[in-house]
Amino acid sequence: MKKEWPLWEVFIRGQHGLNHRHVGSLHAPDAEMAIRNARDVYTRRKEGVSIWVVPSAQITASDPGARDALFEPATDKIYRHPSFYDIPDKVGKM
Amino acid sequence: MYAQMVNTDANRVRDISEMSEEERAFQERIDRGEKIEPTDWMPEGYRKTLIRQIGQHAHSEIVGQLPEGNWITRAPTLERKVILLAKVQDEAGHGLYLYCAAETLGVSRDELIELLHAGKMKYSSIFNYPTLTWADIGAVGWLVDGAAIMNQVPLQRTSFGPYSRAMVRICKEESFHQRQGFDIMMKMAGGTPEQHRMAQDALNRFWYPSLMMFGPSDKESVHSAQSMSWKIKINTNDELRQKFVDQTVPQAEYLGLTVPDDQLKWNQEKNGYDFSEPDWSEFFEVLKGNGPCNKERLDARIKAWEDGAWVRDGLMAHADKSTVARTAAE
Repeated sequence: MKKEWPLWEVFIRGQHGLNHRHVGSLHAPDAEMAIRNARDVYTRRKEGVSIWVVPSAQITASDPGARDALFEPATDKIYRHPSFYDIPDKVGKM
Repeated sequence: MYAQMVNTDANRVRDISEMSEEERAFQERIDRGEKIEPTDWMPEGYRKTLIRQIGQHAHSEIVGQLPEGNWITRAPTLERKVILLAKVQDEAGHGLYLYCAAETLGVSRDELIELLHAGKMKYSSIFNYPTLTWADIGAVGWLVDGAAIMNQVPLQRTSFGPYSRAMVRICKEESFHQRQGFDIMMKMAGGTPEQHRMAQDALNRFWYPSLMMFGPSDKESVHSAQSMSWKIKINTNDELRQKFVDQTVPQAEYLGLTVPDDQLKWNQEKNGYDFSEPDWSEFFEVLKGNGPCNKERLDARIKAWEDGAWVRDGLMAHADKSTVARTAAE
């Protein structure tokens, strides 16, 4: 029998109050072992307080070719940012 | 230079005007300093070269555990033992980060490991030298990890995203490795005359093999030129070797040790040291498999892989069975 351990994506919450962030991937036979391995591979120096693992095969990614269609329309909508609006100084902090 | 003499399959570096439209867009992204991600279009040569380079780098991390692992049970104090354990564990982690980076290019970790075991992929020449005394563990950290850092720091800026991110993580951890090695060297060089002699002996044996880690001069190499235009190699081998010598010689002086090179001399004009080249015929012999420990290292890796097969298979069978049981229960 020969079967490679599946790949898992690892997400770590660095500190209380922060989001889990993708840090890398690893091989493990199941979710429980993936957590154990992630602890050894990605948190040897107190890098985190919580770990998520997700089978890599379960991730759906956006198409790199669709980058412009997805993200380009946002670039000319500068009115979505607070710096677009001039508020007179005498109004004070807003 | 944990990866040495990586082949790019290129005969010459092509001018941007000779490239296809896709290739030109790709090269321009690299020239702008953009990162290439695994799902982006890339030339086949870029993908293949990176698999060779990252794979060789990963193998070096894993095989590199062996010369140091040799001393875990014989470390002189409990503190030195836990430090060495932590370092060797880091090397395993570095290997895993790198295998994962290589896997994003469409090769599996098991395939890479099997290529190594079949002698079709290499690891760094340096790990084919033995660690004979405790001072060697100091020399390995100081010189070998020092040389590795020289190469890995610029590679953090490499064009391939997953490789670059692995390098950032590795560099953060690698500095501890070099410093713990220098710490051992300080203790030994400043110890009894016998300990000082061991430190000098370790430097004598590791100096030239460390210089070889950067690989032979590649000023004329098409592969290096191609890799540099792809930004998967940032400096020439000679540049890195010079930097390493310039950094290391004053450290050896601080330790009161003598670099084993009669030709070593400060050159004011180039603002660096003149030094002797290592014996390149020895380097090529080691690459061919004729170094002092090539057979021992590869045998140890193959044995570990084969002895561990029942554990890998057993855990996988258990995981499959649990999935079936869960599905049946639903």
